[in-house]
Amino acid sequence: MLVPLSWLKEYVEIDIPAKELEKKLFSCGFEVEELTEVGKDIDKVVVGLVEECEPIPETHLHVCKVNAGEHGTFQVCCGADNVCAGGKFPLALVGASVYATAKDHKTVEGLMTIKKGKLRGYDSEGMLCSGVELGVSEDLYPGAGYNGLLVLPEDAVPGADVKPILGLDDYIFDISITANRPDCQSILGIAREVAAVLDKELKEPSYEYTTTPVAGKSFRVTVDAVDLCPRYIGHYVSDIKIGESPAWMKRRLALVGIGSISNIVDITNYVMKELGQPMHAFDCDFLQGSEINVRRAAEGEKIVTLDEQEYTLNPSNLVICDGVKPVALAGVMGGLNSEIRETTKEVFFESAKFARDSIRKTARALGKHSDASARYEKGVDEYSTVYGMKRALHLIEELGCGTVSDIHLDVNCGNSIEPKEMKVSIERVNRVLGIDVPVEDILHIMKNLNFQPAVNGDELTLQVPAYREDMESYPDVAEEVIRMYGYEHVQGTFLPDSQVTVGGLNSRQQRELSLKRALCGVGAYECIHYSFFSPKDLDLLRLPADAPERNAIQLINPINEDLSLMRTLLAPSMLNAIARNQKKGNLEGRLYELGSAFIPKALPLTEYPDEKATLCIGIFGKKENFYDLKGICETVADNLFLSFTYEAGRKTFLHPYQTAVIKCNGEEVGYLGKVAYEVAEELDLREDAYIAEIDLAKLDAMNRGKATFTPLSKFPEEIRDIALVMDKAITCGQVEEVIGKACQYVKSIKLFDVYEGEQIPADKKSMAFKLRFVPGEEPFEGDAVDKFVKKILKNLKFHLDIDMRS
Amino acid sequence: MNDRLASIKQEILEGIEKSATSRATAFELRKQFLDSKTGKIGQLMKEMKSIAPEERAAFGKGVNELKEWAQQRFADLDEKMKARELQRRYEAEKIDVTMPASKIETGNLHPITQMKNQLIDVFAGMGFEVFEGTEIENDYYNFTALNTPQDHPARDMQDTFYLSPEFLLRTQTSAGQIHVMEEKKPPIKILSPGKVFRSDDDATHSPMFHQMEGLVVDKKITLCDLKGLLDMFVKKIFGEGTTTRLRPSYFPFTEPSVEVDVSCFECGGKGCKLCKGTGWIEILGAGIVNKNVLENCGIDSDEYSGLAFGIGIERVAMLKYGINNIKLLFESDLRVLNQIDDNE
Repeated sequence: MLVPLSWLKEYVEIDIPAKELEKKLFSCGFEVEELTEVGKDIDKVVVGLVEECEPIPETHLHVCKVNAGEHGTFQVCCGADNVCAGGKFPLALVGASVYATAKDHKTVEGLMTIKKGKLRGYDSEGMLCSGVELGVSEDLYPGAGYNGLLVLPEDAVPGADVKPILGLDDYIFDISITANRPDCQSILGIAREVAAVLDKELKEPSYEYTTTPVAGKSFRVTVDAVDLCPRYIGHYVSDIKIGESPAWMKRRLALVGIGSISNIVDITNYVMKELGQPMHAFDCDFLQGSEINVRRAAEGEKIVTLDEQEYTLNPSNLVICDGVKPVALAGVMGGLNSEIRETTKEVFFESAKFARDSIRKTARALGKHSDASARYEKGVDEYSTVYGMKRALHLIEELGCGTVSDIHLDVNCGNSIEPKEMKVSIERVNRVLGIDVPVEDILHIMKNLNFQPAVNGDELTLQVPAYREDMESYPDVAEEVIRMYGYEHVQGTFLPDSQVTVGGLNSRQQRELSLKRALCGVGAYECIHYSFFSPKDLDLLRLPADAPERNAIQLINPINEDLSLMRTLLAPSMLNAIARNQKKGNLEGRLYELGSAFIPKALPLTEYPDEKATLCIGIFGKKENFYDLKGICETVADNLFLSFTYEAGRKTFLHPYQTAVIKCNGEEVGYLGKVAYEVAEELDLREDAYIAEIDLAKLDAMNRGKATFTPLSKFPEEIRDIALVMDKAITCGQVEEVIGKACQYVKSIKLFDVYEGEQIPADKKSMAFKLRFVPGEEPFEGDAVDKFVKKILKNLKFHLDIDMRS
Repeated sequence: MNDRLASIKQEILEGIEKSATSRATAFELRKQFLDSKTGKIGQLMKEMKSIAPEERAAFGKGVNELKEWAQQRFADLDEKMKARELQRRYEAEKIDVTMPASKIETGNLHPITQMKNQLIDVFAGMGFEVFEGTEIENDYYNFTALNTPQDHPARDMQDTFYLSPEFLLRTQTSAGQIHVMEEKKPPIKILSPGKVFRSDDDATHSPMFHQMEGLVVDKKITLCDLKGLLDMFVKKIFGEGTTTRLRPSYFPFTEPSVEVDVSCFECGGKGCKLCKGTGWIEILGAGIVNKNVLENCGIDSDEYSGLAFGIGIERVAMLKYGINNIKLLFESDLRVLNQIDDNE
């Protein structure tokens, strides 16, 4: 929120520099996001008295002798039509910084530094300035809007800095207000805090006005939707004289970024900024039936707002109506039909409290935001609703722009704006803080914050102002105390009264970390990808319409379609990561991600979905192949003390003949394979990629082996190599299975050679295995191992028609 | 007699000088003299019988001395040849040690994981357990139980992704607090790291990021304890000299609430680019657990109190490693991932 220093000074004496005040505000909970001097870009511009002014023949220019007091007297050429001898104007000295303007003399085109120059043969040392060149608008300083020189007051002293004269030495605080302090969304609200922190009196603005009875006029206000409008105050004002606002009001509004429109409209804006109460003024000529009705809009009802936009409404929108039609979208914007015009003679003022949620929903649903709606969304208290109206009526009187009638209508739910009593234990407050703040300090702080404290032993009695709706109990008091007393008093302690607890990762978390480290050990880098993905990602995988992976949880309000589904598998994120890497020239690499896949039990969600811990591995580059990835999968199995088996499988996005299903204890737990060429092409992959995805949640639930020790056999092991000839279709896995089942002493089977070619029939291949036989309790007797081999060969012949290679 | 011994001696010395170029030739040479059957010295021994008995002793002694001498010479020669051959072998195997290494590449944990692990290590030592909640939460745990009822102003503070009227993507790991407090009795000390989501997507915001929530609930927990814990944390993560500064803030689930700044570890508080000249860097939000939150979980706020803090892991990681763009963390660019290998 923008707060001008000069405006703050209206309510509280500030005797410290703006920078100091920024620090004080910061330490009591009001972070100043930006502190700007109004004339921060303007430098070395002083009051110049034009002593002589001669026209330069055949030009519109004048050559002037300008007296700049202590800085000297300078010859300056000037093209403005209002330059004249005896006038006082802002003089930018050589080296000064002012705004540069376009040829129209109105559009600012950055900054410029004044240099010595020569115009039509005349030396010019400095520049006489317009309002635009100094960044001063008509609203900020009367007369500054003239397209010529800015005329300074007669009492200005030549050579004096113009900044204080034009208010350019003022400061604007841009303060961020936390959500619990809507009462500080106003200049007065901030002034209260400043008064408290500086230990000064708060000077409230005047709320006085006198009413004049009017005869023959009556108004009726009814509120149908009390839940959305707990308070509505209306007041009738006659004899309106629409005109300009006084300079001080225009200036203040301009400093907070609001342009002056007319005195009546300006008063509503002024009260909103000053007290935080949005106001509205209806032109009574256009209110039919002398009646205001606050109700929910009918389905399909229409309104045209002040900015000439038409909206179609529904019952979740609150409208202000006259006897016939909606005249305002409550808390958001007035209707065009009852707008204040030059001809307005009578006004019905509105000061109301609307439910913040309702205004927020309406503003968002219609995409219609205004200063008023922004203010209502943060929450308005009834204290400002009551005082806002008083203040507006006072300003009507002060500006002399209308007659305040005695027609005052107030519909309320009985909420009081009197302070509420609250009792807290001082010991309790200190127990939150962990320090003992002296009672006198607590009393002083609470008094400064307008809580009218009284103390009786340990009991502190407070009168909570109605605008402090955030105050509930002792922790809130503790916060008020410490933010004013100073957080530097809080000294670190280390849970002196706390019980000892045992910390650290649980076993599942440890396993996860160990798995990640093992994957790093095989050269893979961990990635983290978004938990959401795109419907396009499912299409990329060529999943059929009824694939379970398409049954994804949808975000109601995604940022965009690409981030609109909760991912049901991790593969697409990995594929995209590989594609991004290859695009950037990283043509080989290993990546993995450990994240959740989101599997709904029902859609739309009626219960928590399954968040399935999943591992996805992606490898790519010339050096990589299917078996490299399979090796990594084996690393995973080893790390988890499990063993995997692999069977040829199919995935719509993987190579039809280089894909395997991973099984563990007979259950399918994942897949691995080469990325299909059509998918690779769609992703513009330059190098082949392989991916695997493993259901860690399932594995986690499985009985895992333990790290146990089997004593080494006392008897020697034996090794046999066997070379076999078989049909090309037979897989290594099939052979291994038969061998494993044929002999219990075979402890390892290692394929060491595969051959196809001239030495064997064309439809056959040869595979050679190294078998390791490990004896049990007894040593192998005589030709025992040869007998095992014979049995193995027999079984291979029987089951798979495999022969020994001759 | 002595002449013969002297001439053999001379012969050996010349042989060593001239023909011994390797261990093999040296061995051949040795054989000529010392082979038990054919060696010249062996031959001398055989002549013993033909020597006059009175001269035998002297002869025998002379031959033995010659033999011992020759053995010593040839042993020395062998040593020398061995050393020379070893030297030649080494020379032949000379390599250019500046040529590229054949390295076994190892990957890295993600910077977020590395940071998370460091944070866990710091707090685990203080007795914090790790609890990971779910990414999908319901409205009650994410908001209502955290003292943020439906029309509360704080709902605007975080733009929430909704999945249904009831379910949403958690906007803060604080949601996990409630689950823990519902199930556990104090003393509670937990850390809750995880992904959180907010509808924000620009240069400095990512719609998904990571937080780590810390919660302590016990008897007599105070703001001073919060300060003490956080001081310890920043010292371990950013270095011994760092301190914290608390300043008032607002979160619905804590009261009082504080914003915590850490003294700039880059400039030591003098003011630099990193801390924007202020000497302080905003690092996390924290506070004393709002008593309504405790009561929502059935914990007696008269008996127990709590403290909570929420750390943005990306923020800490980016500060610590000097990562300039949050988006880089989720793009999986290997050139980024392989840079950060913090040995925790």
